[in-house]
Amino acid sequence: MTAPIRCREDETFVLNLGPQHPATHGVLRVKLTMDGEYVVKAEPVLGYIHRMHEKMAEDRTFAQFMPNTARMDYLHALAYNHGYVLTVERAAGIEVPERAEYIRVITVELNRLTSHLLWWAAFLLDLGGFSPLLYAFDDREQILDLLERVTGSRLTYCYFRFGGVYNDIDDDFITGTRNFIKRLRSRLPRLYHDLVTKNIILIKRLKDIGFVSKEQCRKYGATGPLLRGSGVQFDIRKNEPYSVYPEFDFDIPVYDEGDCMARYMVRMDEIEQSMRIIEQALDKLPDGPVRAKVPKILKPAAGDYYAAVEAARGSFGCRLVCNGDKSPYRLKLRSPTFSNLSLFGEVAEGMLLADALAFMGSLDLVIPEIDR
Amino acid sequence: MSEYWNDIFGGTKSLLVGLGITAREFFKPVVTEQYPWEVPVMTPRFRGHIELVKNAETGKPNCVVCGMCMRSCPSGCITLAGKKPEGEKKKVLTQYELDFTKCSLCGSCIESCNFNAIQFSKDYNLASTRKEDYLFDLLKRLEEQS
Amino acid sequence: MDTSIWRPILYLIGFMAFAGVNAAWLGWAERKGAAHIQRRNGPKEVGPFGLWQPLADGIKLMTKQLLIPSGTDDILFRIAPILAMIPALTSMVVIPFSGNIQARSIDMSVLLIFALASIGMFAILLGGWASGNKYAVISAARVVSQSIAYEIPMLITVITIVMITGSTNLQDIALAQQGGFWHWNIFRLEGGHFVYMWIAFLIYFICSVAETNRAPFDMAEAESELVAGYMTEYGSMGFGLFMMGEYLNIVVGACMTTILFLGGWGSPFGFLPGIWWFLIKIYILIFTIIWIRWTYPRTQIYKLLNLSWKILIPFSLVNLLVTAAFIKVF
Repeated sequence: MTAPIRCREDETFVLNLGPQHPATHGVLRVKLTMDGEYVVKAEPVLGYIHRMHEKMAEDRTFAQFMPNTARMDYLHALAYNHGYVLTVERAAGIEVPERAEYIRVITVELNRLTSHLLWWAAFLLDLGGFSPLLYAFDDREQILDLLERVTGSRLTYCYFRFGGVYNDIDDDFITGTRNFIKRLRSRLPRLYHDLVTKNIILIKRLKDIGFVSKEQCRKYGATGPLLRGSGVQFDIRKNEPYSVYPEFDFDIPVYDEGDCMARYMVRMDEIEQSMRIIEQALDKLPDGPVRAKVPKILKPAAGDYYAAVEAARGSFGCRLVCNGDKSPYRLKLRSPTFSNLSLFGEVAEGMLLADALAFMGSLDLVIPEIDR
Repeated sequence: MSEYWNDIFGGTKSLLVGLGITAREFFKPVVTEQYPWEVPVMTPRFRGHIELVKNAETGKPNCVVCGMCMRSCPSGCITLAGKKPEGEKKKVLTQYELDFTKCSLCGSCIESCNFNAIQFSKDYNLASTRKEDYLFDLLKRLEEQS
Repeated sequence: MDTSIWRPILYLIGFMAFAGVNAAWLGWAERKGAAHIQRRNGPKEVGPFGLWQPLADGIKLMTKQLLIPSGTDDILFRIAPILAMIPALTSMVVIPFSGNIQARSIDMSVLLIFALASIGMFAILLGGWASGNKYAVISAARVVSQSIAYEIPMLITVITIVMITGSTNLQDIALAQQGGFWHWNIFRLEGGHFVYMWIAFLIYFICSVAETNRAPFDMAEAESELVAGYMTEYGSMGFGLFMMGEYLNIVVGACMTTILFLGGWGSPFGFLPGIWWFLIKIYILIFTIIWIRWTYPRTQIYKLLNLSWKILIPFSLVNLLVTAAFIKVF
C-alpha cells in the first residue's frame, strides 16, 4: 500500500531508528527522512559493531580463525563454520570422511531450524505479537539442547574441523533428533500456522507490503529467502551442490509474489524441507571415522580458493588467498545480509513506518554478520 | 464485495481459532526452568572455562609445560611457566593463568594438548563486576579442589 | 434517594480505593495471564503467587527520580500523567455496581463517561507532545486519529442502546435488563426482535479495546516501532500513572460493556447478590482483553482505520437504523 507522497523539503524530519531500537535487533542505525508517518528516504548506517574479522584472519593460523566464523552470524553459526572449513579443505586438498559429511549436514540443518524459528519469533515480535516468540523459543530450546550435547556450546558453535567434525554423534542425539522432528511436526500446524500464518491481522499486515522485484534482487545481489520469495529459484545447495546435499531429496520453496508474505512462506516451507533433509541423513548415516588425519599446522599451496554455502539468510561465500604461509594472505567473507540490507533503502521509500519495519523484519537481519 | 465479506467472516474465524489455541496453552503446565531453584545439569561436552587435570597416581598436574596450548590459543589468554627441579627429567608447572576476559571457549587449547592436561570445567555461574575475578589461577584452583 | 453530601464522598473514596487496587493488581493479573499463556510462571517470588509484586513495583517507581528531559514543555509534561489518571477515576462515580451501590446517579451518565474518556485521550496527546521526542509525537498523532475513528461507532452503538432503553442514565439502562439473561441487551430474546444485538455488542467491545489502546490496537505504544510511544520520556511515577490510567480505562470500559450489554448487576440465574455478578462479569471481560492482547499481532494504523471506517461504522449505522425501525414498527 503505497500512497503518493508529497515530499517538500521543509516538511520532512529525520528520525534516527537505532543504533539502539527494539526493531533493529542489534546495533543497526537507519536514518529515516520522514513525512509524517511516511518514509521519504531510508539510509542504513553500518559500522557500529565492526570487529575486523577479515583482518583478524590474516594474523591467525587457519585453525585459530575457526571460532571467529561462529561469531559473525551467531544464529546460523554452523553454516559459517561449514563455509570456512570447505574453503580451507579445498585449498589444502583434504578429503572428508563420509560420516563426517553427514554429521555436518545434520547439524547445519538443525541449526538452520533454530535460525528460522528465531527469525519467526523475532518477526512476530516486530509485528507486536509476543506469545509466538515464546512458543518458538520452546522449540528452539530443544534443538539447542541437542546441539549442546554434541558440540558443547549453545550458540557460537565451533564444531567443524578441517577434515571432519570435532567429535562423533551418539545414539541419544539420533533418537533425540527424531523425537524433536516428530514434536515440531505436531506443533507446526497449530501453534505456527493456525495461530499466526492464517491470522487475518498478520495476513493484512504482510500481503503486498515490501515488494521486491527480481531485478532489484539481481541489482543488489540479494540471496536466500529474499531472492526465493521474489520468484528466483536459487539455492546453493541445489545450484552448486557441496558436501553430500545431492544425495538428499528436498525442494527449494519459491514464491513469486515478492512481498513480505512470500518471504514468510518461503521460510516456513524451508523449516519443513530442513526436517526432511535431517530425516534422510539420519536414515542414511554411514559408519566410519569422523575426522581425517590432518596436520596441526596447515600450509596450503599459494592460490585463490572459493567456496559458498547456503546459510539461513542467503549464500555465504568465503574467498581465500594463500601465499603458502600458515595463515591466510587475505580472507574475504561475503555475507548475505549485507546485500539484502542494501535493498532496504530503495524498497522502503514511500512506505509507512510500521510497514517499513515489517519489511525490515522480513529481511531477517543479523547485524554482526553485516558488520563483520 | 465478496472479498469484503470474506475478510469479515474468514477473519473472525481465524481470530477465534487463535484465541482457542492460546486458551489451550493457558492450561498447559509451565515449561520454563526456575533457574535459581532448579539448577541445570551441564552435558558432558559442555564447554566451561578450562581447568587443569590431576594425575590420578601422583596427585600432580598432568601438564608437562610444553606450551602448545599457549601457542594454539587464538586470543592469547593462557600464560604458563614451569621450571625443572634439580635431579628430575620433566618440567614442573609453577604457574598457569587463564585470562577469561579474552577467552572465547573455542577449545583450541584442549585439542592441541597431547598430554590430557586440561579439560573444560562445568562452571557456568560466572558473573562479576570486577575484571580481576576473571584472571583465573588454575594451579591454585587445582589445589583447592583436592 | 439520600441527598446528603456524605454519601457521594464516602462512595467516591470507596470507588477510588477499588479503582486503585484494580489499577495495581491488574498489572499483576496481566503479567500472570501472559506468563501462563506463554507457559511461563510470571511473578512468583514476592509473596504467594507473586501477589505483592505490585507493591514492590510501586515502591520502585515511587523511589525513582522524576526525570524531566531538557527541551520538554515542563508544565504539560508534569500534568499529562495526572490527566491520564483523573478522568478514569472520575468516571467511576457514575457507574452503578448494584441497585444501591453507586456514588451518584446522574441522568446523563452515559454522556459523562464518554466525555471523560475523550479527556483521557488528550492526556496522551499532551504527554506525547510535551516530551519533545519524535517517537512520542508520532504516537500522540496516532492516538488522536485512532480515538476519533473508534468513538464514532462506539457512540452509534450506545445510541442504539439508549433508544431501546429510553434513558441515558446507566442505572436505568441496567434496571431495564433485570430478570434473567434473556433480558440482557446482548440477547434480548423477548419479543423476538433485537436478536441481532450481539453484533452491536461485538462492535462496542472492539471499540472499547481500541479506545483503551490495548493490543491488537496499541498503535500508541507500539514498542517495535515507536520504542514506547508517548511514554518514551517518562520514568518513575509519571510512567506509573500512565500505566494506572491505562488499567483504569480498561476497568471503566469493562464496567460500561457490562452495564450496556450484559445486564449490569443482573444475575443470569437468580442466586448470589448482584454486586458479585457485576464483579464476575467485569473480570471476565478484563481477562478477555488480556487474553486478546497476548494472542494477536498488532495491526497497522491504516488497517486500523479501515476496520473502523469500512466495517464498524457501516455496521453500527445499519444496526441503528434497523433498531429504530423495529422500535417504530412494533
